[in-house]
Amino acid sequence: MTQEAYRNRVKAAAPKSPLGKNIVMAFLFGGGICTVGQAFLNWYLSMGLPQKSASSYTSMTMVFLGALLTALHVYDRLAKHGGAGTLVPITGFANAVASPAMEFRAEGVVLGMSAKMFIIAGPVIVCGTLASIFCGLCYFVVR
Amino acid sequence: MQTLFIKTPVTVEAHAAVVGKKEGEGPLRDCFDLVAEDIFFGENTFEKAESKFVSQAINLTLKKAGLKPDAIDLLFGGDLLNQCIGTSYGIRSFEIPFLGLYGACSTMAESLALASVTLSCGQISRAIAVTSSHYYSAERQYRFPIEYGGQRPPTAQWTVSGSGAVLLKNGGRGVRVTSVTIGKMLDFGITDANNMGPAMAPAFVDTLKTHLKDTHRKVSDYDLILSGDLGSFGMEMARELAKDEGIFLGENYADCGCLMFDLKRQDVHAGGSGCGCSATVFCGAILPELESGKYRRVLLISTGALMSPTAIQQGESICGIAHAVCFEGE
Repeated sequence: MTQEAYRNRVKAAAPKSPLGKNIVMAFLFGGGICTVGQAFLNWYLSMGLPQKSASSYTSMTMVFLGALLTALHVYDRLAKHGGAGTLVPITGFANAVASPAMEFRAEGVVLGMSAKMFIIAGPVIVCGTLASIFCGLCYFVVR
Repeated sequence: MQTLFIKTPVTVEAHAAVVGKKEGEGPLRDCFDLVAEDIFFGENTFEKAESKFVSQAINLTLKKAGLKPDAIDLLFGGDLLNQCIGTSYGIRSFEIPFLGLYGACSTMAESLALASVTLSCGQISRAIAVTSSHYYSAERQYRFPIEYGGQRPPTAQWTVSGSGAVLLKNGGRGVRVTSVTIGKMLDFGITDANNMGPAMAPAFVDTLKTHLKDTHRKVSDYDLILSGDLGSFGMEMARELAKDEGIFLGENYADCGCLMFDLKRQDVHAGGSGCGCSATVFCGAILPELESGKYRRVLLISTGALMSPTAIQQGESICGIAHAVCFEGE
């Protein structure tokens, strides 16, 4: 059998991820996280903070909660069910930084934790920054 | 000829299997000599915990045989970690001459094969074959940090935490190693590291076919043919590929990865994997059945996926390998 034929056979026979269920769960978990974020935003606004500061406070709160739930071994269990719903919001970003920080603590604070902290989030930051520069340039030209 | 026949008797003197908590909650829970109370096994890192699995498996094996480490002439072993640190740090206090091996998850059959062949030369009297793996040390090396939130596809497998050791001796009575078949690397272009069963299935079938041809036997001559860690989907592919070759794998075919866990209840997707998988299942559950006479002839075919995250990131595919060791009761 050729490589191609075998690959096709494996692809056809492989058990598939439950797509419908994953989409519904991602919607519920992602929506849930965003609702919590919105609640914090409303609360900060009701305390008289200006919109811009309230938004920053909300992001900070959600990042803190994401990191806290990671440290308490809860976030990965939520993500198992939530999938993209827990990955996309800013709490997923916090998880992506906090989890390697915890993991590589065993190799020391400097060469372990500090060096490996951005092993997952690093590419997101690099590509995100480049994408924002590109979009900014496009906007500059089109405007 | 890929099959080597062990003509002077090489027998199993003692064996032990030490596993982690999750493995100790599976269907084989009563078969293991020691179950760790948690994932750290009293250590402060996963790598040290894996080494402790190794040292405990060897300690228990020596204790069962009533021997001290200096009675062992040679130790063959390996694991999944870079530079095989699981094994080397696990055995450093024993001061036994050591040959470190890497055959990915096929290492247990590789260790057993080399130990048997070396013993049959007649210049040494006792050798130990040992391998280990640890879910968390493997995950952090091959995939993501433990607390990282991600979803695993249904074809993913769960690395077994544990270690199995077999003490073989030259001569004696009991369960014998009668032949070993050294497998070839086969690459069928699978690149998904979350779907290793099908990457290893062709190697399993090739080694099985070669073994049956070299020994002039058929599947029904074995009470049990045991693959290392193909998992539920890998098993399915192996059955299909074997059928293409005219080999019908029936009731006497099982997979260590599927025996280790309750696939529905324990959330391990396609089943167990890792160097420790075939080692602990074989030492804990199968060797006692050979000793009791329930099984007369068992073929252990440990399967390995020879890859690394670096190779996968560079666009390489996953090579499979499988080695077979035939055990026969008295």
